[in-house]
Amino acid sequence: MEVLMSIVVGILFSAAVYLMLSKSLLRIIIGTGLLSHGAHLLILTMGGLKTGAAPLLGEHAKVYVDPLPQALILTAIVISFGVTSFFLVLAYRSYQELGTDDMDQLRGNDQYE
Amino acid sequence: MSYLHLAILAPLLFSIFIPFFYKIFRRIHTGWFVLPLPIILFIYFLTFIPITSNQKTIIESLNWIPSLGINFTAKVDGLGLLFALLITGIGALVVLYSIYYLAKDKEKLNTFYVYLLLFMGAMLGVVLSDNLIVMYAFWELTSFSSFLLIGYWYERDKSRYGAQKSMLITVFGGLAMLCGIILLYIMTGTFSITEIVPQSNEIFHHALFIPALLCILLGAFTKSAQFPFYIWLPDAMEAPTPVSAYLHSATMVKAGIYLVARFTPVFGESSVWFWLVAGVGMITLIWGSVFAVKQTDLKSILAFSTVSQLGLIMSLLGVGAAALHYEALDDNIFTVATTAAIFHLINHATFKGSLFMAAGIIDHETGTRDIHKLGGLMHVMPITFTISMIGAFSMAGLPPFNGFLSKEMFFTAMVHVTEMDIFNLETWGVLFPVIAWFASVFTFIYCMILVFKTFMGKYQPEKLGKKPHEAPIGMLISPIILVSLVIIFGLFPNLLSDSLISPAMAAVLPSLLQVGGVFEVHITFWHGLTIELFMTMGVIIMGLILYKTYPKWKKIYKAIPEKLSINGFYDGTIERSQSVSNKLMNMNMNGSIRSYLAYIFAFLIIILSTTLIWKNAFKLDTSNVSSIGVYEVVLAIFVMVGSISILFVKSRMTSIILLGAVGYTVSLFYVLFRAPDLALTQLVIETISVALFLVCFYHLPKLRKFETRLTFKLTNALISFGVGAVVTAIALSAHSNKLFSSISQYYVENTYEEAAGKNMVNVILVDFRGFDTLFEITVLAIAALGIYSMIKLRLNRGKEG
Repeated sequence: MEVLMSIVVGILFSAAVYLMLSKSLLRIIIGTGLLSHGAHLLILTMGGLKTGAAPLLGEHAKVYVDPLPQALILTAIVISFGVTSFFLVLAYRSYQELGTDDMDQLRGNDQYE
Repeated sequence: MSYLHLAILAPLLFSIFIPFFYKIFRRIHTGWFVLPLPIILFIYFLTFIPITSNQKTIIESLNWIPSLGINFTAKVDGLGLLFALLITGIGALVVLYSIYYLAKDKEKLNTFYVYLLLFMGAMLGVVLSDNLIVMYAFWELTSFSSFLLIGYWYERDKSRYGAQKSMLITVFGGLAMLCGIILLYIMTGTFSITEIVPQSNEIFHHALFIPALLCILLGAFTKSAQFPFYIWLPDAMEAPTPVSAYLHSATMVKAGIYLVARFTPVFGESSVWFWLVAGVGMITLIWGSVFAVKQTDLKSILAFSTVSQLGLIMSLLGVGAAALHYEALDDNIFTVATTAAIFHLINHATFKGSLFMAAGIIDHETGTRDIHKLGGLMHVMPITFTISMIGAFSMAGLPPFNGFLSKEMFFTAMVHVTEMDIFNLETWGVLFPVIAWFASVFTFIYCMILVFKTFMGKYQPEKLGKKPHEAPIGMLISPIILVSLVIIFGLFPNLLSDSLISPAMAAVLPSLLQVGGVFEVHITFWHGLTIELFMTMGVIIMGLILYKTYPKWKKIYKAIPEKLSINGFYDGTIERSQSVSNKLMNMNMNGSIRSYLAYIFAFLIIILSTTLIWKNAFKLDTSNVSSIGVYEVVLAIFVMVGSISILFVKSRMTSIILLGAVGYTVSLFYVLFRAPDLALTQLVIETISVALFLVCFYHLPKLRKFETRLTFKLTNALISFGVGAVVTAIALSAHSNKLFSSISQYYVENTYEEAAGKNMVNVILVDFRGFDTLFEITVLAIAALGIYSMIKLRLNRGKEG
């Protein structure tokens, strides 16, 4: 299962990077969203999959899955949500002010040369 | 803090007060306040002569950074004292000259004298410091103050060009010298020259010997305007003439000579040293003298002649170092080269200083320095003519002036080179007297041009800027003193031999002296009918012939293309390095985030994949993996298809929804992989995110009606595929290389006992690792505040700030 998940993560990363290299601001943010999904799944996979019961002591199981990666992912999800929402609003505002979402038109160099 | 330290620092400290003198005493020329200082210092340094002529040295140390072995150690020996006397003596004369040369109401005298005093203090520091780091600090201060002085008339383009050029070249050499000093420190463990010299044998066999030697010589050659670094000196002639006379003939350009002389006991036994110092000196000598003939500006002639004379001194020092190979002092005929070098050093300072001052007078009184416009000034300016003539004849090596004596000794030394039996000199040694003779012929020619083209020939008052007249007496005092020295040293050379030359030689060639021994220096006018005398006669005859026929053969110089000159090379290098780096930066830094991201990702791929391959780290071990279920396969296909199809959809709406689909599938993964809290959070957050995406992108004004498909780009595809592949490879290898087991057993055992909870994830979040959560809350708060202020705060462009 870990092998399959590694491939899934790799495909998520590929798609994310391809989107981030595109021109449109929206696609870049979608790319970051995919990238964070990939990273979270990677943490979970590296912690080991399906080795026991859910990490609740009420289960009274002999073996539980590793709770530490889950805690780490939970923190990461919240942080990436905060950052993504900030970016989204930033993109929205730059739309309003600058009238474009094309990264090639948002280059800063030309007008200062 | 001894008097000696105070003497070195006095010019630096005194320079602080110059602007006050200038502001308060407007009616008195500021130079008068400066003048006493070099005179006092000169007299103070004269008191050391009895000590050094008894072969004693004085060392005074002052702690600066003792923990690094850097102390301000002042040391007075024969060599240092000779230079200190030159610096202060000519310094006093130059200050006196500048009082009459620079007008007090037109020039910014306050800055001039501040720079000049900075320079004087720095030079004293260079020649009297025993600690190499301290010497280096003063060395750079000389470069810096020289830069300021060359650019004194900073509103002129040429001054700025010359200042920049001299700065770049001398600082380049200075940094090389710093490398050499550090290498010496690595070899010997000390910065003190006095302590390095006894270790010269160990240094000689050290692997770093040659690099250290080259670095030190690079410093000396750039400072002393040796081939091919001489190019800054002719351009430094844009400085006021007192500066040229002081810095660029008598003192700063001799700092490199000083350095070579000072390091002769350390490096002198090496053949590399001999060939570099003597060889480069020879090339500089002939090159400078040949090109001096071509110049038409008085100061340019003098600049090239300085280059040539410095080459002469340098080659003599190189030849003198060969004397270290012949043990017995009694019949060691090769020390004559060192004697000649030191004697000529003094002579050059006297006649070149007077010639520069004379050139300055001519410029000042006629308004031009071009020898085509000058001529027939002998009757108008008889005193200046006498000064120039004595100076130039001394430089040409005519009797009875001091230049004759040092030129004779130069020939003697060069003839003796052919008798040496080391360093392949049996075959190559004959080049030395030949080059020396040819260079002397050219020296003779430009000296004649200097005097006769200026003072003889047709008087052309219509071409001159002003009506010429003799200079005021104050301006003439300094050159008169210098030319009288030229004559005195010429007639009574042994005035110098015991007091200055012999102690200086003891500092340059210490290993040849027995304890308590002295060099017997005896300079005579008449050696009998020797080969040197015939060489001098040959120089005069050949020089006269060539001078008379100069108009016929001067076209030869035009045959040398301008582009191949060293100046052309320097300018081209500066220009090309600027344009290349400009192009490079414009190419790299194109302002597009996409390219920067491409660089970053490509770098990531290259670094990670080479490490994986190089360390042979990729490993696939399936013994530790869990089984694959149907649900997981279905979900995996969902995620893969979903994420890839985002790349191909056209509308914003679809891609947002596809991203949401991927997010929900991920939360289903969390369910399958037994992470209930993650699944809950992911569901909620994915919902909110999709809503936000919709708010931002769906309800926006229709900017572009035509939504376009993502255009395919091969490089982007390669980069993104590479990132995915590298991540997968690293994930697989990392999973196959578990080095130790997880620490999570502790959490499983203690979640209830220690923390009174049954949900392990929640207990870790708020109890075991609660700090993470605290700052994650902070992140959310900051994001919320940031979003709020982004929306609310609308500063229009007009009233920004």
